[in-house]
Order: sequence, then structure tokens, then C-alpha cells
Amino acid sequence: MADAARLLQLIINGAASGCIYGIIALGFVLIYKATELVNFAQGDIMMLGGFTAFSLITWFGLNYWVGAILAVLITAGFGFLLDVIVIRRVMGQPQFAVVMLTLGLGFIFRAAAGIIWGYDSVGYVTPFTNKTVKIGGLILGADSLSVLGGTVLLCIVLYLFFSHTRLGIAMQAASQNQLAAYYMGIPVRTVFSLIWAIAAGVSAVAAILLTPISMIDVNMGFLGIKAFAAAVLGGFGSIPGALVGGVIIGIAEQLAGFYLPAGFQDVTSNVVLLGTLILLPQGLFAEKMVKRV
Amino acid sequence: MRYLFKTSYSQDLTIWRHNGDLFWYGLLAAVMFVLPFVLGTFYIGELGAVFIFAIAGVGLMLLTGYTGLVNLGHAAFLGIGAYTEAVLLTAGWPFIVTLPMSGILAAIAGIAIGIPTLRMSGLYLAIATLAFGQIVATVLEKWDSVTHGFDGMPVPIPSIFGVQIQGATGVYYAALVVLVFSLWVACNILRTPLGRALVAIRDSEISAQSMGINLALYKTISFAVAAFLTGLAGALFAHYVNFLAPDSFDILLSIQFLTIVFVGGIGSLHGVIFGALFVRLLPQAIAIARDYLPSKLAHLPGLEPSVFGLILVLVILFEPAGIYGRWLKTKEYFQAFPMHRRSAFRRQRTYTRSERV
Repeated sequence: MADAARLLQLIINGAASGCIYGIIALGFVLIYKATELVNFAQGDIMMLGGFTAFSLITWFGLNYWVGAILAVLITAGFGFLLDVIVIRRVMGQPQFAVVMLTLGLGFIFRAAAGIIWGYDSVGYVTPFTNKTVKIGGLILGADSLSVLGGTVLLCIVLYLFFSHTRLGIAMQAASQNQLAAYYMGIPVRTVFSLIWAIAAGVSAVAAILLTPISMIDVNMGFLGIKAFAAAVLGGFGSIPGALVGGVIIGIAEQLAGFYLPAGFQDVTSNVVLLGTLILLPQGLFAEKMVKRV
Repeated sequence: MRYLFKTSYSQDLTIWRHNGDLFWYGLLAAVMFVLPFVLGTFYIGELGAVFIFAIAGVGLMLLTGYTGLVNLGHAAFLGIGAYTEAVLLTAGWPFIVTLPMSGILAAIAGIAIGIPTLRMSGLYLAIATLAFGQIVATVLEKWDSVTHGFDGMPVPIPSIFGVQIQGATGVYYAALVVLVFSLWVACNILRTPLGRALVAIRDSEISAQSMGINLALYKTISFAVAAFLTGLAGALFAHYVNFLAPDSFDILLSIQFLTIVFVGGIGSLHGVIFGALFVRLLPQAIAIARDYLPSKLAHLPGLEPSVFGLILVLVILFEPAGIYGRWLKTKEYFQAFPMHRRSAFRRQRTYTRSERV
């Protein structure tokens, strides 16, 4: 029985960190679906979002909820400007130019964050820090549960936005066929910038949900690499796939850390990623695609 | 301006375009040869590092610049080469065997990652090689019995034909010889059908395939050659640092290699040399610049990576042909002097090539 409880706890912890990977992966997928670009700086944008929330709450003394919402909005605005000022210019260049560009941007963000906020880990008290919830015989951290709840809430909001608002439907249209959307009078360029804004905002949500579990520091952007595994497992281009992929990676990591020798936990996500690409290149939730000449 | 009057097809295939080339490269080689007698040890050591990075850069240029396959795990090949060299030398093998062995083992790793990724292109390949690089870095860390993990691993001093390769000067000459060898290999590959096939694959896989090019075979060869050269660079790198630590072969090093290729100028071997000079000398330049900056700015810890990132971003936005492209444009400007036309190098606007239906 103790073993089963232990397993369940591992799974819930894994699902919590997996949700974080999933949310970051969501940012990749949104941008990829719309613009066929991949943002290697997504993890670093998440780090900026985390630090923004930290300064609003600790330096300016704002309430946790107000600070969190403001941080998401500020990061979203940052994403919008990033597209308008930089990313838009490389549209149409080879894909690896964009890969290098976003990698370079990631360097700049990391250095800028180090200059502004320093290289020490920081954190702040959230309503979920160090609290536990008892369900039946299980003791669960409120922090893990808040991540799970936050992810579900975020998904509902995004689902409603994409299926029920004019702007959301315009975004879907622009993702599916740029030219047709343009002919229908959708301002495709602005819509793409807004998608960058949403992706940045979503990654700020990930950073805020992550705060009670781990500290904010300059190098937390490397989580983005694990999020790649989530996105690829989910089929890069499928929004539910990204979340499911994230949860699978998170759980696999926890189980590998518990049952396998040291070192395996670090490479779990990479092994899953390579395995997926080799065995199941379309991912779990692939949209059927055939390359056209 | 020199106009070449070609009288036979074989002139299209020569390494030297004309005798002027032969003269200037010969002069450069002579200068490189006598440099250690003139410069101090510090500069020779730095130049040796530039050469080592340039060797790895030649490998990556063949892979990324000429075949169009992005590799975000190039440091893994360097790590494999470096550890092979250290382990085999410790086991008492002679240097003349361990050096090619480092290359061969790295090439086997290159084939191992090349074959499963054959079906991937662009983005997926970048992600897969990123994962591969991280797996190799973790293996180097955790495989204590061979690599000694974080305790590090000392590299014995090698000797070739009774001459010890020691200190900055020894590494400098060894790296110079290997660099010339790898440039010679790359030049020769590029003027054979193999090189033409690689360039065709870069420009369009579909049209290359319809011309009868075996994509799988040529991509694998490209991976193998790139990994072989980088493995050689790794062996020299082991002697350059003298003491191997597993965490020096991480993603940041892979990004430095890509920076060599991009900043130097994608698709040119000259670019590799310019890029390697840039990547190795930028930290020195920043260190010197710190003395002249206001102290508040000079003591920022993030100065170096941010300058790195900024230059990478600016190059991609404003000069996608890199330093070598800028050099060609400047040369053209002076050669054509009053007649230079702005439109000579205008970038064509292109549409995103979609990978979807």
C-alpha cells in the first residue's frame, strides 16, 4: 500500500512539473502553428516573466494575484514588441536563420536578466507555498495542485478564446492559410504579433505557477529544452498534444529518478525526444501532413 | 580587377583560381609558420585555439553551410574526440594512431546520429541534434569508469616521431597541420561530385532527389566527414586544455560553433577562419575594452554573452552572408570604384517555404 501511495505521489509531482513543460510547449506550438517558426528563446521569455512577477510582488509590494496578472500582461506586451521589432524581419529566410536568431535573443535576455536582477536565485511567498492538502490517505503539496489547477484553467480560457471570440477564430484562420485569411480581410501580420504576445503571456503563466516549486533564476530558461520534448511527443502543432506530451515527460522523469540510477533523470526527456523522432516522427497527436512540392 | 580567361573546363576545377592566389596563400602559410618565433606564448596559445575551433568549424560548415543540416549538438563530437584521445593516450597508444582514432570514433557517432535523423529536416533535425548533444554530455559526466566524471581527466603529453607536442607552440603547429589538412579535404570534397551533391541537397532536397542524388547516402557522408574533422579538433582540444572536464562540451559550445559558421559567412571556407577568429578573439577584445569602459558598465558579469548574442542577432538581421560576405562586398566596391551599383548585392525578398500542405 505504501508503495502504491508513493507511486501516486510520484505521478502527481511528475504531472505537476509536466504541466509546466506542457505550458511552455504550448507557447512553441502556438507560434509554430501560426508562423512555422520555432522560438528557441521561449524558456528565456518565461524566465523574464518570472522575474517580472518577482519584482512586481517583492519590490513594488503588490498583492500576489494583481502582480501575477500584471506580469502576464507585461510579458505578453513584450512578446508583441519582439515580433514587431525583430522576428518579422526574418520571415521568409531559411528556417535555421530563425533558430540562430532566437538562440541569440535568448543569450541577450539571459544577460539582461543577470544585469537587472542578478545571478542569485530568488523567490517570493505565494498562497501555495509550504501548504499541504490531505486527500484520503495522501498528503499532497498545495503547490503541485495549484499547478494542475492553473493548467486546467489556462486550457479552458485558451479554448474559449480560440473557439468563441472573433480574434481567436481569426488566429485559427491565419494559422491554417495565411493567404486566404489575408484575402478575408484579417490583418495577418498583427495577428501573428498577437500570437507571439499570447505565447509570451502563456510562458509567464508557466513561470508564475512554477515559483512555489522552484526558485527563479537566470538559467531557468533551459527548461525550454525539456519543453521541446513535450512539443515533439505531442506532434508539434497540436495544442492538446503539447500538454499531454508535457505530462508524460514529467511523469517519466519522476519515475526514472526514483527507479533508475542517477543520471537517467537528466536525460529522460532527451531520450524520449530522440525516441519519438526516430520511431514516431509525427508524434502522438499528429495532423496528417504530406509535403507538397 | 582581374578577368580570368578560361580556355578549358579543367580550369573550373582548380583549387587556385590563378597564380595570385597561390602566392598569397603561400605567403600566409609562411607567416603562420614563423609566427611562433615572433609572438609571445600567450598569443600563440590563443592562435592555436583559433585553429582548433576553425577545424571544428570546417566540419560544421560542410554540414550546415554546404549540406544545410543544422547541428545543435556539434560539441558532442568534439567531446567524443577529446575523450577518445585522452583515454587511448593514457592506455599507451601512440599519438599517430590516437589522432585518427579520435576522428574515426567521432565519425561513427556522427553516422549513428545521422542515420536516424535522415528523414528529418530543418527544425526537427535541430531539435534532435540538441537532444543528442545533451545525451552525450550527460554520458561523459556519468560514465565514471572511463571519463572519471567531474574529477576530470589529465591528458598525457603525446609525441610524434620522437618529438614531444608540448606547450602552446606544440599545439599551435599540430593544429596548423590539421587545419591545413581539413581545409584541403573540404576544398577537394567541394569540387567533386560529392560536394556538388551536398550543395544541391542544401538548395532543394526535392530537386536533388529528382536529379538522382541518394539523399540518405550523401547526408550520412556529410555527417561522417563533419564528425571526423570535429573529432580531430577534439583530440587537439584535449591537448590545448590539458585537463578534460565533462561540462566543457555543453550546448553553449555548440552554439559557439554555429556562431563561427553564421558570423563567418555561411557557405564559405574563408568564413570559417574569420568566424573562428571572431569567436575566440571577441572575449579578449571585451577583456581589453573593459579597461576603457566606465567602471559600472565594465564590471557587468553578463557583458560577454550579451555582446555575443547581440552580434549574432545583428548579423542575421543585417548581413546574412556574414563577415566573408561583407568582405566580398567591400572588395567589389573598390574594384568597381566609381561604378559601384547599390543593387549589385541587393537581397531578394522571398516567401516562407512552407513545409505544410
